[in-house]
Amino acid sequence: MEETKNKNTQVLDIGENYAEKYGFRDPEEYFHKGAKGISHEVVEMISRMKKEPDWMRDFRHKALDIFYAKPMPKWGNTELLNSINFADIYYYIKPIEAQGKSWDDVPEYIKKTFDRLGIPEAERKFLAGVTAQYESEVVYHSFKEDLEKQGVIFLDMDSGLREHEDIVKKYFATVIPPNDNKFAALNSAVWSGGSFIYVPPGLDVKIPLQAYFRINAENMGQFERTLIIADKGSRVHYIEGCTAPVYSTNSLHSAVVELLALEGAYIRYTTIQNWAHNIFNLVTKRAVAHKNATVEWVDGNIGSRLTMKFPAVYLVGEGAKGEILSIAFAGNGQHQDAGAKAIHAAPNTSSRITSKSISKGGGRASYRGLVKVYPHATKSKVSVECDALLIDGASRSDTYPTMEIDADEVRIEHEARVSKVAEEQIFYLTSRGLTEDEARLLIINGFIEPFTKELPMEYAVELNRLIELEMEGSVG
Amino acid sequence: MNEKKVIFAFKDIHIEVEGKEVVKGVSLEMREGEKHALMGPNGSGKSSLANALAGHPNYTITRGEAFINGKSLLEMDATERARAGLFLAFQYPLAIPGVTVANFLRSALKSKYNGDENILREFRKELNEKFQALDIDKVFATRYLNDGFSGGEKKRIEILQMAMLKPQVCLLDETDSGLDIDALRIVSKGINEFAPKDGAVLLVTHYQRMLNYVKPDKVHVMMAGQIVRSGGPELALQLEEQGYDWIEKEVMKAVEV
Repeated sequence: MEETKNKNTQVLDIGENYAEKYGFRDPEEYFHKGAKGISHEVVEMISRMKKEPDWMRDFRHKALDIFYAKPMPKWGNTELLNSINFADIYYYIKPIEAQGKSWDDVPEYIKKTFDRLGIPEAERKFLAGVTAQYESEVVYHSFKEDLEKQGVIFLDMDSGLREHEDIVKKYFATVIPPNDNKFAALNSAVWSGGSFIYVPPGLDVKIPLQAYFRINAENMGQFERTLIIADKGSRVHYIEGCTAPVYSTNSLHSAVVELLALEGAYIRYTTIQNWAHNIFNLVTKRAVAHKNATVEWVDGNIGSRLTMKFPAVYLVGEGAKGEILSIAFAGNGQHQDAGAKAIHAAPNTSSRITSKSISKGGGRASYRGLVKVYPHATKSKVSVECDALLIDGASRSDTYPTMEIDADEVRIEHEARVSKVAEEQIFYLTSRGLTEDEARLLIINGFIEPFTKELPMEYAVELNRLIELEMEGSVG
Repeated sequence: MNEKKVIFAFKDIHIEVEGKEVVKGVSLEMREGEKHALMGPNGSGKSSLANALAGHPNYTITRGEAFINGKSLLEMDATERARAGLFLAFQYPLAIPGVTVANFLRSALKSKYNGDENILREFRKELNEKFQALDIDKVFATRYLNDGFSGGEKKRIEILQMAMLKPQVCLLDETDSGLDIDALRIVSKGINEFAPKDGAVLLVTHYQRMLNYVKPDKVHVMMAGQIVRSGGPELALQLEEQGYDWIEKEVMKAVEV
């Protein structure tokens, strides 16, 4: 009885102290807070403060020109996209002067934030290294010595540039150039933070590398930049999760993530993003898989006002494999525009896309996917499966699948399903003593099980909890 | 016998489905430890009765009353009825993809006992024992509930659920249908073993064959939404030999008179 009661209070409370539960926020005591808006001066300031080499500074300025020149996307939810006011956003905030070198150096108020996110606990359990992004700068960064000894580089992107300029210069923006799209250009101009990983040839990084991201200042854009290079025959799993605070005005998150899996390498990139409901989450994620390499995106999207995210794999070497597994949860007032891209540019390549979406309370989930097989990519295999679950009649799901198959002997499987939670299923479960809410949640957890079973236990638990909160969050 | 406590009773139950009356005034009383069989031809309203009593939203009880352990049933929703000790074994159990049998049972138990984790302490052990008793392969614990199960497998899992959830009143809706003779024997054994000794079991069935294994104390025959005859186990045998026609004729005659 007690737990039911607690739960009920939680349900009632959620609208009121959501800010405390997830959207807790610290007073803004920033070392440096630039002016709102974007300009060449802001870009110059960012680059100077970071003491970057000239080539990066030039890169930023050129990217800004591209950002100015490019029009807003004319597809997707243009109404929401056009509501973004670029002049009303902070593009760079540095919370403390230097990066905390150890846990002791991290300021108390930031530790408190991490405590509530459960980071130290997570680390105790199985973290190899934690890069937690607080505001634009990475403040805490640690990873196990043995990884370092093996030659694995796991740094925040800024440190990566400082300490391994040669590697960064060789690969940075080679997968996603600034002129790819307007938001990639913006990120290129003002990027800050993100992860930089390099795994040397033949090394199997047994423990997942994890980063925790967090946005704190109101109206602050977070433009992290992640670059992961798995050298020949190496293996790595990178995990990031996000919990963002609640604010009344819009915040912009626009990341760029580039993955390179060299010959025979394996990269898995797992993300669970739980953004506050006013955040615009416009992310460009792309991977290149060379000969016999494998890239897997495991991508979970919860929260945000609008998410546009289509993790891509470019299969450029013979025998390369790509897998994109995603879920999206769209609640009231939210639009999850998520999907995947697989580009087959070599023979015997294979891709598998599994996309699951849940819409509830008038939320909208779109699947947008592109599979392209170039003429010489013969004997390739393509599999696309989209599954949408509607919780109520007010919600919406749509799919925009595109397939351009220009090669012969390609095996294609495509399935798309839209289903509703059946009343009969609910009755079946309630007749066993579950409440209707519990029954619905169990059905939803079952629906996304193919996704959660790919997550480390801790993340699976958190995801289920987040969805439980989302389900409780709105009544009717 | 009659001094035993009444565990489950309903009186003058009328049921509508999509505006049509399918059960027209049915009453029954079951005492502690009793097993009753509710028999009848297809469409006689016996499954509607079982579903309505369990709280199915598509079946509206328009009149009558029902009690479980003296508590009034009809004000409760399906969840509350289950928590009050009622259990319906479905004729067509539903698939819940992505939810394993073990996880489902764990959730149901936890929910039924209001989150009391103590109830789960012996869960694994108990589950294994019951799998064995019902001759269910242990891999079913990790399979998704009823997802791709054969008809017979689903029925066994229903009885497994009954065994794990330990209800007081069991409505078994055509649990014997779709079973081959071996499966029928195992499922029947399961019912005998795991049905509540201090509770009541209502076997809803078309055929007599299950009653060879699960002996009913009383047999009721339902036709056109009413219980037209009640008797001892011999009534079931008579039906097996002569079919339902003779009762129908007698009922018709009675109506004419």
